[in-house]
Amino acid sequence: MATNTTQGTQVPSKGGFPAFRVETYGSQLLWLAIAFGLLYFVMARFIAPRIGGILEDRATRISGDLAAAQAMKAEADAATLSYEKALAEARASSQAIAAETRAKITAEADAERKALEAKLAADLAAAEAQIGSARAAAMGNVRSIAVETAEAIVERLAGTGADAARLEAAVDAVLKR
Amino acid sequence: MADPIKQFELVPIVPITIGTGDFSFTNSALHMFIIVGLTAAFLLLTTSGRRLVPTRMQSLAELTYEFVAGTVRQTAGTDGMKFFPLVFSLFMFVLLANLVGMFPGAFTVTSHIIVTAALAMLVISTVIIYGIWKHGTHWFALFAPSGLPKVILPLIVVIEVISFISRPISLSLRLFGNMTAGHIALKVFAGFVTAMAGAGALGFIGAALPIFMITALTALEFLVAVLQAYVFTILTCIYLNDALHPGHH
Repeated sequence: MATNTTQGTQVPSKGGFPAFRVETYGSQLLWLAIAFGLLYFVMARFIAPRIGGILEDRATRISGDLAAAQAMKAEADAATLSYEKALAEARASSQAIAAETRAKITAEADAERKALEAKLAADLAAAEAQIGSARAAAMGNVRSIAVETAEAIVERLAGTGADAARLEAAVDAVLKR
Repeated sequence: MADPIKQFELVPIVPITIGTGDFSFTNSALHMFIIVGLTAAFLLLTTSGRRLVPTRMQSLAELTYEFVAGTVRQTAGTDGMKFFPLVFSLFMFVLLANLVGMFPGAFTVTSHIIVTAALAMLVISTVIIYGIWKHGTHWFALFAPSGLPKVILPLIVVIEVISFISRPISLSLRLFGNMTAGHIALKVFAGFVTAMAGAGALGFIGAALPIFMITALTALEFLVAVLQAYVFTILTCIYLNDALHPGHH
């Protein structure tokens, strides 16, 4: 084995390649067992559960969020469907209301028109009755005027008063013609 | 020229002797605890917020976790996740041992055969103990694939047993060999630099060549450090798959 001339701190070789020196094996095995045992303990007890837990939490969270998104989408779809249904119902009911209103208004107008016509007819009848009575009254006056006129004519022509009963009869006879 | 082997030397920090054995707390032990500390700090401090939307560092820790977890699930199946803490510990330990070793002056824990062999034996004994505990004698069907003619069965069993025994050997030697060879190569080229630079003006200019080599080798060694950690991990998963599903060989 080459000797080191530049570094004085070299441990004197006990001979042979260091890895094959059996007398060092006990120490290496002991400390390897302690160190690796410690690493395994920390790994199994703390590291693996923690990182595994983090990854599992994340996977759970992602799948949960996806499921929630799916549920929300289904909810939104249902809402759209019910909205469309409500819209169709509202449209149908608005049409029903419009038809009903139209019918009601038509009925009211008809009733009003009929009432008006009845009133007009009544007014017409009353007017006709008035006209009739007026004519009758007028005709009554004509008879008395005729009787008086005939009396006056007879008095002028004959110079004497005429029998009133006979005059009235004569006037009636003429009026009846 | 500096000794390229010196970097693998174990230096006792706290000498401990139990009986006749030397159990000193060495630079290797110190680096093991540095590795454990860095792993715990990286994976625990970055995830302390437990954020739903991770920070960059938490994301890095999660990516590391997911990478190893994905490897385990792909090669050993979902029920292989019961070995996840072991596999993740092995991956982080080997990865950080290799990477910490890349720092100048640092010690490479995985450059010692006893460490890589111990880790390999941990994997293989887990496979054997869990396999027998879970499947009983059925686990030994691993060595006798079904649907084979009786004539060649003994031969196949011998081959399967040899291949099974060679697993921990190859697992430990691959990591040990890669780390040791890479670090020796780096040191040898570094030695060329000082040797040539000390040999006059021409040598000083010529020293640029090994420096270029060191730069390229360092990049390669980082690749090897990560790759060997991954190879160790994926082979661990493949072997654990035998413990879980001995039938599907």
